[in-house]
Amino acid sequence: MVATYETKTDYKVIGNSPIRHDALDKVTGRAIYGGDVKVPGLIWGDVIRSPHAHARIKSIDTSAAEAIEGVFAVLTHDDFPQADDKTIETGEGTVNLRRGQSNVMADKKVHYKGHVVAAVAAVDRNTAQIAAQAIKVEYEILPAISDVDAAMADGAEVILEGLVGDHLGEKVENTNVARVFRHEFGNVEDAFANSDLVIERTVTMSMIHQGYIEPHNATAIWAQDDNLTVWSSTQGSFGVRSQVAGLLHHPESKVKVNYVEIGGGFGGKTVVYLAPIAALLSRKSGGRPVKLVMDRSSVFEATGPAPGGKIRMKIGVNKDGKIQAADTDLMLEAGGFPGSAVGAAAICVFACYNLPVSRITGYDVLVNKPKSAAYRAPGSPQASFAIETVIDEICDELGFDKIQFRLDNAAHEGTRRGDGVQFIRVGLEECLVAAKESDHWNSPLGDAPAGKARGRGIASAYWMNGGGKSTCDLMLQDDGTVMLNEGSADIGGTRTSIAMQAAEVLGIPVEDFHPSIPDTDSIGFTGVTGGSRTTYTTGLAAYNAAHKLVVELKSRLADLWETSADKIDFNEGTFTANGDSIGIQELAGKLGPTGGPATSTSSVNLAEAGNAYGVHICDLEVDLATGKTDVIRYTAVQDVGKAVHPQYAEGQIQGGVVQGLGWALNEEYFITDEGAMANRSFLDYRMPTSLDMPMIDTIMVEVPNPLHPYGVRGIGEVPICPPLSAATQAVKEAVGKPFYSLPVKPGRILEALNGD
Amino acid sequence: MTTNSPSKVHVTTTINGQQHELLVPGYMSLLDTLRELIGLTGTKEGCLDGNCGACTVNIDGRIVDSCLVLGAEVNGKEVSTIEGMATPEGLHPLQQAFLEEAALQCGICTPGFLVAAKGLLDNEPSPTEGRIRHWLAGNLCRCTGYDKIVRAVQKASD
Repeated sequence: MVATYETKTDYKVIGNSPIRHDALDKVTGRAIYGGDVKVPGLIWGDVIRSPHAHARIKSIDTSAAEAIEGVFAVLTHDDFPQADDKTIETGEGTVNLRRGQSNVMADKKVHYKGHVVAAVAAVDRNTAQIAAQAIKVEYEILPAISDVDAAMADGAEVILEGLVGDHLGEKVENTNVARVFRHEFGNVEDAFANSDLVIERTVTMSMIHQGYIEPHNATAIWAQDDNLTVWSSTQGSFGVRSQVAGLLHHPESKVKVNYVEIGGGFGGKTVVYLAPIAALLSRKSGGRPVKLVMDRSSVFEATGPAPGGKIRMKIGVNKDGKIQAADTDLMLEAGGFPGSAVGAAAICVFACYNLPVSRITGYDVLVNKPKSAAYRAPGSPQASFAIETVIDEICDELGFDKIQFRLDNAAHEGTRRGDGVQFIRVGLEECLVAAKESDHWNSPLGDAPAGKARGRGIASAYWMNGGGKSTCDLMLQDDGTVMLNEGSADIGGTRTSIAMQAAEVLGIPVEDFHPSIPDTDSIGFTGVTGGSRTTYTTGLAAYNAAHKLVVELKSRLADLWETSADKIDFNEGTFTANGDSIGIQELAGKLGPTGGPATSTSSVNLAEAGNAYGVHICDLEVDLATGKTDVIRYTAVQDVGKAVHPQYAEGQIQGGVVQGLGWALNEEYFITDEGAMANRSFLDYRMPTSLDMPMIDTIMVEVPNPLHPYGVRGIGEVPICPPLSAATQAVKEAVGKPFYSLPVKPGRILEALNGD
Repeated sequence: MTTNSPSKVHVTTTINGQQHELLVPGYMSLLDTLRELIGLTGTKEGCLDGNCGACTVNIDGRIVDSCLVLGAEVNGKEVSTIEGMATPEGLHPLQQAFLEEAALQCGICTPGFLVAAKGLLDNEPSPTEGRIRHWLAGNLCRCTGYDKIVRAVQKASD
């Protein structure tokens, strides 16, 4: 059941950009992140990781580590209780508990270089590091599988023993393909036969990393009564609670996760790595608090990458500019355990186009690389790169205007998405029109300096956004301010964007709100900050809680005014009845006789979220001698529904664009023949710096989301998607050669320029 | 193997205008000295190899990655960190500009950016955009795309 709203259009609070509530703590160094947690008696943990990408563990000798003075505990997989063989939600994915436990600490086999094999707890960080390195592990090295072709080859070494693949409903043993699924509408072969032009291309891309600046960390206390307290950098405390409980076969009610600030996640901090280890080390250390902080090379080698892989894309089109059919095979790398973002990729891949006939086949493929995790619109950037590459070639081949062609084939209300879902009101056409009318699109590219060439690319993309469960509590205090508790980790200003929605209802300045994020014992269930769900979903909980608070206040006021609550009106912060009127903040001070401060709470569970589209234009310059690229102008057009806090909405778009440009032009897991990541530092894994980027222009289109009273849409994810193709097509235009592999790095550009 | 009792170095240093006398393990970075021995956790750990700038501090007027400096090396020197940036009169103009320009999202890189940017403006009060981008290229931010950070530094410039 989906509620729809007549969207409000005149706002007092929404649409302004107040200074966020937590900003002062974050510019003064006072904000407490996971690594900053101090607990009396704290000791440190560390782990030892596999140096091999694929190997059987023959033996683990921990005696030398145990003999080191200051070591309190040593941990191997044998210390883990058996987890249930069941699958739970992590917020932006799922985890089978038994396999999840094997990912946290290897059981008999290591599936990727950097896979944790054992852990220690010791008096300080230095001693823990030395003791971890003293653990001796013997391995039987197995062939490392580094890409989907090798994984799917006949006779390939099987990575996950016991895996039974589901291949279009058929159970298959001895396979590295965990799942094959299909969405099919109409007969693509017939439609291709009737098309004037059919283009088929295969694109490939490397794994890449979310690149959050704060490494993973966890602190845990396993108390003598088996109550477990955890601090961990995470996008969702409840996700940590359920995963830690499940992985340790411990009652969820005995796990409390305290909120700490999070230094970036982008999907990668929805999975737990260190918290279960910290918990078991604490138990083995007699209840001492244990902290672990991951080193950067391990963050690269053992956490979070977005899947690389291979996508075959075939599109048929007629000379009148109408797409007849599209067919794709999406083969994405899950990493060492099943569960890539291929399901979401399949949802997104055709979502910009109104396709009469389509077929999508998805493959979830194991390789000897870290278990992939969500990364900002998981699966959609790869899918967008594939389809937009072919769309661009169709436009070049048949001479279509690249925006008009997209408009002629654009998805709109009623269009069937590639997986069968019909769209409600969406804003792709409005974004394309805004791009077409933009100053950027109508400005010349300009002449390149000598030795350089310029090109312009355009691309569109889609993300379905997230709903799910969120909770918000309000209390109107005597001084007219509002205490607001909500459960969403605040990674980019959501305390404020949530509070603004309650402030709009109550007619109270948002500066008079005190938003906070309590521990999991102190707020109702709330899903992760991910999937572009937080301002939409938790914001709706705040909106509902504010309306409930108005109902409560009317009832209180009815006592004071000796009237009935239904005779009292409330409008823009003022209650009126029978000629009396009182402002809500003034009323707050008079509630004493009626029972003190008024409170309300709301939990929501939203099945749908309302979709997001972006259309990006990228101008870049290529140095023809070195292949180096410089983005010289960039415009991101996006349907934001309603920008609650325009400054931070724009910031989400700009940040997504720059991550997408890094993905397009620089970033990759460079894997050696032995299956090791060669570039496991920020020096060699080259994320964009301030010097690499221009200012990022945005055009925020507001097509209200019918599922939200203020028209809010999730905005954070979709902006990472279009840059992959927009930048690539810009390079194509500059040098006159197409590119089918990411990243489009200087070496690849030079190869293309030099003939092959 | 006895490895957990390394020799310690006697260090007298001024941190944010306050004198500290410390016994610092010889291996310990300035970053850990600040965070673990003194409790100034505003300086952040991002990579421990000098490539992200989250741990940027100022030593005697030069900005450095505190993960690449030993605590023992700051004997007799003046160190300033994010915690010393605001004064009793209020926030530093850079801090205020970061608030107003929404120049932070998750905030983990923010202390490093502020200390680095202050190092620029202390010596060059009116830098160009290109100069700001060049100066801050040693500080990684993964959230903002740098646009609003550069604008905030411009706003705090003369």
